[in-house]
Amino acid sequence: MKRADDYEVRRQHLVNMSDEELKARFWELAEKIVEPMLELGYKNTTPSIERSILLRMGFSSLEVKPIVDGVMKKGLMSKGAGNVVWRLSKKLGMSVREAGLGLVEGKYWDEVDTLF
Amino acid sequence: MKLDINKKIDIQELIKDLDKYTPKRRGWHWREGRNENRTVGDFEFHETSEGLKNFIPLPGSRGFHYIDPQPDCVVTTEIASGRFEDDIRRMRMAAWHGADHIMVIRTAGQSHIDSLIEGTTQGIGGIAVTRKQVRASRKALDMIEEEVGREINFHSYISGVAGPDIAVMFAEEGVNGAHQDPQYNVLYRNVNMVRSFTDACEAKKIMAWADMLQIDGAHNANATAMKAWKVRPELMVQHAINSIFSKKVGIKPENIALSTVPPTAPPAPCMRLDLPYAVALRDFFSEYKMRAQQNTKYMESDMREATVTHTLNLMISRLTSADIQSTITPDEGRNVPWHYNNIAAISTAKQALNGMDGLREMVKLDREGSLGTEVRELKERAVLFMEEMLEVGGYFKAVESGFFIDSGYYPERNGDGIPRQIEGGIGVGHIYERDADYFAPVSVHYGYNNVPKEFAKASDAIGGDTFEDRSKIVFVDELDEIDNVNTRLKEVEKYTNTSIVKPEVEWKADGIVATTIFLPLDERTAEFAAIKCGEKLGLEDVTVVHKQCLHPSEGTVVEIKGRVKFDIDINELVIPEKVVVLSDDEIRADIAEKPMFVVAATVGQDEHSVGLKETLDIKHGGIEKFGVKYLYLGTSCPVEKLVDAAIETNADAILASTIITHDDVHVKNMRKLHELCIEKGIRDRLVLACGGTQVSNEIAKEAGMDAGFGRGSKGVDVASFLVKRRREMQNEN
Repeated sequence: MKRADDYEVRRQHLVNMSDEELKARFWELAEKIVEPMLELGYKNTTPSIERSILLRMGFSSLEVKPIVDGVMKKGLMSKGAGNVVWRLSKKLGMSVREAGLGLVEGKYWDEVDTLF
Repeated sequence: MKLDINKKIDIQELIKDLDKYTPKRRGWHWREGRNENRTVGDFEFHETSEGLKNFIPLPGSRGFHYIDPQPDCVVTTEIASGRFEDDIRRMRMAAWHGADHIMVIRTAGQSHIDSLIEGTTQGIGGIAVTRKQVRASRKALDMIEEEVGREINFHSYISGVAGPDIAVMFAEEGVNGAHQDPQYNVLYRNVNMVRSFTDACEAKKIMAWADMLQIDGAHNANATAMKAWKVRPELMVQHAINSIFSKKVGIKPENIALSTVPPTAPPAPCMRLDLPYAVALRDFFSEYKMRAQQNTKYMESDMREATVTHTLNLMISRLTSADIQSTITPDEGRNVPWHYNNIAAISTAKQALNGMDGLREMVKLDREGSLGTEVRELKERAVLFMEEMLEVGGYFKAVESGFFIDSGYYPERNGDGIPRQIEGGIGVGHIYERDADYFAPVSVHYGYNNVPKEFAKASDAIGGDTFEDRSKIVFVDELDEIDNVNTRLKEVEKYTNTSIVKPEVEWKADGIVATTIFLPLDERTAEFAAIKCGEKLGLEDVTVVHKQCLHPSEGTVVEIKGRVKFDIDINELVIPEKVVVLSDDEIRADIAEKPMFVVAATVGQDEHSVGLKETLDIKHGGIEKFGVKYLYLGTSCPVEKLVDAAIETNADAILASTIITHDDVHVKNMRKLHELCIEKGIRDRLVLACGGTQVSNEIAKEAGMDAGFGRGSKGVDVASFLVKRRREMQNEN
């Protein structure tokens, strides 16, 4: 879009605002702009978020990738990759680390189907 | 492992047992003792922080008892050679000069890698930010901060498609600050918008836990926009979006910093454009911190010009405020920064901030005039920008319509912004809505988390995560058999802990030197003639790093760089032994027993007087302090007059000062002095000594003097020599 500078026209509703009012308006608008993004973050997850969760569960960067890839293939991202590993460990009666390493090696993926 | 000031940092030792290393602390550190007046040397400072235990002061400090007042703000330096093992040495040098925020640039392309990377591969324009490199650097900084006596903040980037992964690694490794701004990913890295903001929520939440300081990415609009001063309203919008977004996610406002750059530079009337912008920002963002970055947009290869622009930027920092003062190396317009240019940039900041200490107490910004009008206008334009964003349907719609980086001064639009599509970009389609039974068994997490009822907190499900139990972190060492630090260290083994040395600017033994050449030629011819000069000097890979025409036909100055083909063995150097100086008491006793009289002057057509006066005067610890009496004949004194005065007063010694070196006049004056004394038959009973910035003991002796005193010499050096030489002469007789 091309548009000439129409600042003088547009600003009319701001002219009588005090500096404090203008500042309040600025932050009110900023808050409104970011609301939907905060909501998106609240509701959604992504491969990198799930990898970051697995990292914190004690897996290396090399291990978290195949797990998240597998979880995506199984269509279980909405459950959480960390959740998949945790539930699997409970079901198989092994440590979280053992369960996850199994997945890295291509084992237990059939079991994963039965977790949810 | 502990550092010894007299020893180089041992990289082999540093990377040993790295898998077991725990960083000393985490969280951001502001300098101690700000906002209090402080006496340093002869002066009271109003804008400093606590001093350092070990430091290297500014050269000019010689006149002020070598004080090194540390400004109140954190001072940043960016280090990015591509090899962490070389960067670490530079970090240590930078810390001694006053940097306490070390920013590590990432290798090109890392933001598009959808994972953490590991190992110590060599980077381009930065380092591959991996756990091993980060841990080794933090470990080195843990020791360096003890050496200088101040906490050092370590900083890198949490952006790209692996933001949350990197945030976790940084939190675990004690990284203290990071750039995090989802808008940067969107606009400059073409990462999908939804992905970028969703990832940012988790990354920021982790940063909040780690008490990291966050810097936004708005300054990139400055660098990208054709006319940087036109994007000022948009910059305020970008700052606002990231600041409020971060605060809502949970970062405390004092850990949220705006990356703000004075948008323009001379020959534009930059103060009139940059100052209102700086004031408007500080008005609106009073809750947040200011990271004052320096302008790079209009930076060319002239380091002098860059330094002046940066000094003007520093003036804005002092006239308004800066919590973190960033520095840009003056050679950034030429190449990846060199060791000494990091130091140059830090020194520019320290020098200017020291010099403008307390400026605001005397100089007030006049808001009644054009400044106030400009400030108000910028704020209104920013508000209007956001109003229109909401009118078109919010952030995503605004980006889709190319609102950002448009070269028009909003509301003016030139239609050349960077549009991104909500269904486009890297990582598109990788957004998954969480189900009701979604669960993330970790201690820090943003958003919906269905923690099973049996657990008080999510991470109880796994018996604690890595933030609670470090032993769960898996350390990956090397993945590439060839491209790693061990191979690189082997390549420079010859230069490690041996007597063999090679010049360097970036990497150990890179062999690069730079030299300045003036040629009485036009610019284009001079460029090629300079390369030929470099080749004739024996350099390899000679390139021109800077040229400046002085006149279309009369001349051009060219700076070249090239690689030397040789090594130096320091064992083969002939280094004259350092003169042992007698103690104050011994000198005094000698003079008391046998008085000494000297005549002194600056000789030739030379009006420099400071050095000689300091050498003589009791106030400056000159020879008078030891009881030596003198007759000072002033400046531009003919050599003949000096010798005649020595004869008339029956002096024991002549002290001549000679600063000007044009046409080797300093050497000629020394020789003349020597010969005239022989002619008059007094040479064998008179001590002759000469001083000056370009004088050395060797040069002076060569010219017939008994001694020479160069830069940094003090009264005690001269007095000690006079006493020793007089004793020698007595023995000779």
